[in-house]
Amino acid sequence: MKKCLLMLLLSLLPVFSYAGEAKDMAADPVLEKRMIGLAENLRCLVCQNESLASSHADLAEDLRREVREQMQKGLSDQEIIDYLVSRYGDFVLYDPPVKKATLVLWYGPFALLLAGAGMLIYQLRKRKSQVPEAELSDAEAQRAASLLDETPDSSDQSKDKQA
Amino acid sequence: MMRFILPLVVFLIMAAFMYVGLGLNPHEVPSPLVGKAAPAFTLPQLHEPSRQFSPQDMKGKVWLFNVWASWCTACENEHPVFLELSRRNLVPIYGMDYKDKREDGEVWLRKHGNPYTLVVSDAEGRVGIDYGVYGVPETYVIDKQGVIQHKHIGAVTPKILDETILPLVKELQAK
Repeated sequence: MKKCLLMLLLSLLPVFSYAGEAKDMAADPVLEKRMIGLAENLRCLVCQNESLASSHADLAEDLRREVREQMQKGLSDQEIIDYLVSRYGDFVLYDPPVKKATLVLWYGPFALLLAGAGMLIYQLRKRKSQVPEAELSDAEAQRAASLLDETPDSSDQSKDKQA
Repeated sequence: MMRFILPLVVFLIMAAFMYVGLGLNPHEVPSPLVGKAAPAFTLPQLHEPSRQFSPQDMKGKVWLFNVWASWCTACENEHPVFLELSRRNLVPIYGMDYKDKREDGEVWLRKHGNPYTLVVSDAEGRVGIDYGVYGVPETYVIDKQGVIQHKHIGAVTPKILDETILPLVKELQAK
């Protein structure tokens, strides 16, 4: 039994070793952490739905090297981002800047939400005017009251019996 | 009536967007480098590593800068286009062997023919990053002042050459 368990645990090992970001030689762990932090917000241009930090593409490795070297030179994160944007365009940013071309991207969903809410309110108002509040005659009101007054115990008991 | 028209209009608008979206190539990212000076570099030549080339040497000329590699299959497809263009002698074509071993690049050119006036070797891909290269082949049209006027991503076809690149080259040469 113990052997079985050990085997099972051992078989899980490769799964663990595969988790995590694409590895690179990290001479300076602090710098590497900063690089990965920055690269997580940048898009890999080859495999466009992967970040620069997680991509195994050749170009991503080169770009990580470039970012690392620029950090070693003492450039700030913003300067490095500016450098990459000047080469590859806003496309590398997962967080695109607010510009004329991205206005719809940034505010379109809110505009749609507002339009939807407006439509909902309009429809609800319209419906309210169409369906008048139900008015009960005296007899109906009495019957409703008596129905509501009926003791719940009796119905509960009948349910118990059935069960 | 309104009940049917409104959803129909919304549907048509969405369908139009989606139809246009189908025709777009997500791998064609507009380059921010167009209209800017070609980034400076100095690289060893492929055939004579002791000699160097720098884009500043090209001031006063309109030229094509083609990024290729021996490992790139699309480059093989576009290569005949450049071979034909070099025969027509309309514009000098400079090549950059991108992230490639020197020997591999030389062998490839010997096998497929060499349309380039000169080839530089960017073995580590550093100049490629400066030029925003992300998918080889890529071709730049650079004007007399050293400004990038056009960038084509992917293989150049005869159609693209005749309809986009060559008219632009002629226009720039006349300036």
